[in-house]
Amino acid sequence: MADEIPITPEMLRFTGATISTSALNVEQGHIGAFARAVGDPNPLWSNEKEARDGRYGGIVAPPTFLRALHAEPLTLPFDVPGDHLLDAGSEWEYFRPVHHGDRIVATTRLKELEQRTGRLGPMLFVVSEITYTNQLDQVVAVQQSTFIRY
Amino acid sequence: MDNGVVLGVVLFWEDVAEGSDIPPLAKQPTTRQLVEYAAASGDFYEIHYDKDFALAAGLKGVILHGALRQAFVAQLITDWIGEHGTLKSLKCQYRGMDSPGDTLTCKGKVTSKRADGHRYYVECETWIEGARGERTTVGSAIVLLPSRADPLSLIHPNAW
Repeated sequence: MADEIPITPEMLRFTGATISTSALNVEQGHIGAFARAVGDPNPLWSNEKEARDGRYGGIVAPPTFLRALHAEPLTLPFDVPGDHLLDAGSEWEYFRPVHHGDRIVATTRLKELEQRTGRLGPMLFVVSEITYTNQLDQVVAVQQSTFIRY
Repeated sequence: MDNGVVLGVVLFWEDVAEGSDIPPLAKQPTTRQLVEYAAASGDFYEIHYDKDFALAAGLKGVILHGALRQAFVAQLITDWIGEHGTLKSLKCQYRGMDSPGDTLTCKGKVTSKRADGHRYYVECETWIEGARGERTTVGSAIVLLPSRADPLSLIHPNAW
């Protein structure tokens, strides 16, 4: 294996660029399935009757639900040596609630590429910023996500 | 341990002190839960449910999704702040790996409080203790809480 994963001019060309967009119609059943998978019984995510009488007037999505907009953990517009992928971290900022019935578009921008060598050998750190916008063109959340390719 | 959210119960800014602990949340993830989470989140990366694939990737076995651990930390916070608290920021770094069968404990501590107009902020340090008590996930959260002394602090639910 090479000592490092080279950052090529082709890869750098994508820094700052939008590398993917995806959209999701937020469905109540999907929110419920997500909350069940996490083991999070909060009535705001899954109890229609209680949620209707509560602060938001209905079911809302739990904080990390929007992650479900990305079918794959990370899609890059260029080839990178190394088959493996690890999630290194994620930073969310929230601006508005996400209700069932919303249509959310996720726009992913490549923010930073960095090569490092560690326990797993040569690694490429990929930092992306995902902006989630609803059907009223309101930004509901921004997520900064760091993945390691190795 | 945490008993989940009861709607209508309010955590006020005045009731939270710097240095105080967030009620911990215990999790005992199973491979079945990882499959459920893969389906619900759309993340079907095989290291989370295919042992042979995980071994070939140099891991000791299947591991939890980072995003699932962040969802646990989110639950720690939303259980604590209740429906009238608002999560503004949630940061997680995945330092170690957690496996199905591990007992995880999500914990947090209030690090600072500040008011800005009618907005009452609380900042917290958060982490997950893995099977051997080590911190496998570290991070922080910022929440808005209502103030007893300021009715305008009950922020409109659609504009944070």
